[in-house]
Amino acid sequence: MRFLLVEDSETLARAIVDRLALDGHAVDHAGTLDAAQASISVADYDLILLDIMLPDGDGRSFLAQHRKARKRTPVIVLTARSEVSDRVGLLDLGADDYITKPFDFSELQARCRAVLRRQGGSAANQTSFGDAVLDSTAGTLTTARGTEDLRNRELRLLEVFFGAPGQIFSKTHLMDRLFSFSDDVSENAIEVYVGRIRKKLGASNVRIETVRGLGYRLASRA
Amino acid sequence: MSGRGAARSRSIRSRLVLQLAAVAAILSLAFFLIVRVVADRAAGETQDNILAASATAIADALYSVEGQVALELPYSAISMLGTISEDRVFYRVAAAGETITGYGDLPIAEPQRPGAGPAFSTYDYRGEAVRAVTVMRPVSVGARRLDVAVTVAQTQLGLAAISSRITGIATAIAVGFFLVATALSFWAAQSALAPLDRLTQSVARRGPNDLRDVVTDTPTELVPLMGALNKFIARLRTSLSRSEDLITEAAHRVRTPLATVRAQAEVTHHRLQKPEHRKAMREMIRAIDESSRSAGQLLDHAMVTFRADSQERADLDLAELLRETCERLAPTADLKDIDIVQDIPEGAMPFAGDRVLLQSALHNILDNAIKYSPPDTRITASARAGAQFELSIADNGRGFSASDHDDPTARFSRGSNVADIVGSGLGLTIADEVARNHGGALRIVSEEGEGACVSLLLPAA
Repeated sequence: MRFLLVEDSETLARAIVDRLALDGHAVDHAGTLDAAQASISVADYDLILLDIMLPDGDGRSFLAQHRKARKRTPVIVLTARSEVSDRVGLLDLGADDYITKPFDFSELQARCRAVLRRQGGSAANQTSFGDAVLDSTAGTLTTARGTEDLRNRELRLLEVFFGAPGQIFSKTHLMDRLFSFSDDVSENAIEVYVGRIRKKLGASNVRIETVRGLGYRLASRA
Repeated sequence: MSGRGAARSRSIRSRLVLQLAAVAAILSLAFFLIVRVVADRAAGETQDNILAASATAIADALYSVEGQVALELPYSAISMLGTISEDRVFYRVAAAGETITGYGDLPIAEPQRPGAGPAFSTYDYRGEAVRAVTVMRPVSVGARRLDVAVTVAQTQLGLAAISSRITGIATAIAVGFFLVATALSFWAAQSALAPLDRLTQSVARRGPNDLRDVVTDTPTELVPLMGALNKFIARLRTSLSRSEDLITEAAHRVRTPLATVRAQAEVTHHRLQKPEHRKAMREMIRAIDESSRSAGQLLDHAMVTFRADSQERADLDLAELLRETCERLAPTADLKDIDIVQDIPEGAMPFAGDRVLLQSALHNILDNAIKYSPPDTRITASARAGAQFELSIADNGRGFSASDHDDPTARFSRGSNVADIVGSGLGLTIADEVARNHGGALRIVSEEGEGACVSLLLPAA
């Protein structure tokens, strides 16, 4: 996915760009409202991450302008305020959602996904391997048997595999992607989820292989 | 108006009433005196006129016969005097010191010059005060002119009676005037001070957050006071908004670097290979989460405390509020594969309350439930309307252990079985305070290990 990040703190912006790149997202960074306006006039973004306090103005005015121009690109506001006090105002101004700094990137992704799903989703978020098609936005897997809804963790696990077919992912790497830092889970927990997606991929010509001692990878059925 | 100030001077109202009443008293007294003097004089003049007329009538009846002055006393001259009261009338007709007829010892009030008008005097006669008039009349007796003095005197009982009656009436009128004027002075003080009362009311009725300028109908005299008040309010507004800005700015300054650290830590965590390094990094991220969560809840709690005093009520729909909260937290729950099942009936549940507070309460209850629930479970959010509104969040988490039952809502108290989960222990405190502020309660039903059901109970209108 392609993000536009509007954030005036250079270090935070760089950290967010790095972190989102780990998940395979392309992120453009704008440090001011002017730069942000310039970016959205030349490129199409799937989603805008907007900070509220910016050197050349209030992010809320950008939001209002964005909505007035009838742009459909969803906006998630990064706020430094407390949980609820700002919420009504932000949502009224046309933000699709907001997240409080500092945030968990898996939560940010979950919110992005929810926002995109509410928007009716674009076909661009489909990845296929073999005869299986994964729709990240809708959260579905389509195989010969039909289309199935995926639980959130199943979806995230499949995204990892479909993003790089054939690559071996260690259990540790998969755990990082699946569990938040506050969850204390053993590495065996990953086997449960691998088991589930194997069942869902059962009707396709695609499978998850165990590479003994190294991890798992996505491969076509021989 | 509270009377706690040490340097509190006497109230304007009582001062005004006292002053107006004093003026009324002085005016009443003056009125009384004037009426009395005028009435007495009028009564006295009337008596004098009648006496003079009577004396003149007698004098007119004088004639001379055979060298003597003779008189045929006209009865009307006496009767015009004696009609009103029990006053006694005396008369004497004397020529050159010799009494012709009447009371010989009745003193004659000598006129200064013969031919001048009647002469009046007041003196005691036979033990009573009398008013006397003497009219001099020359009578020709043969070739001589004889000056005859006709004196008529009357006691003053009638006059005294009239005077006392007038005094009575004057007293009644003066007292009446004083009472009416005093009542009017109360009314006048009241109505003069009414704009001040209105001003007081319009300021006193405001919520603590209402810092608009005061706009009431103000008489010219109060305009400077209003101006000063509004200037003060403006200063207060500026200072409050400055401290609000400061908090926002401070939160921004703290949270933005914290977000940087967290993001960098996540990136680093991905790159680290050694399990002990990864563990250290994970602990660091947890500490960041904990501090930011605590900061958020502390701010929320401060806001609840602040808003609880202001009683800002608006009509809202509890069902919609619960639905919104569920949708807001659905992505968070989704991360743990937790389903939030909404068991909320169609139709509105109208309630007058503080939207921000109720939102905060529901958010905290649901957030708690998500945090303490194991993955792959379900949380049920239900709303019931009856004698009271019941918004419940039921989870399949670990519940509250028996020893926590005392008061899981106490500030900073956390269950004994949750040491492994990030939390500050303020969530249920916030919910409980919000519930109580709205005249409701927080109900917690729980079996350890079997999940908990936390309900926000609010009175239906």
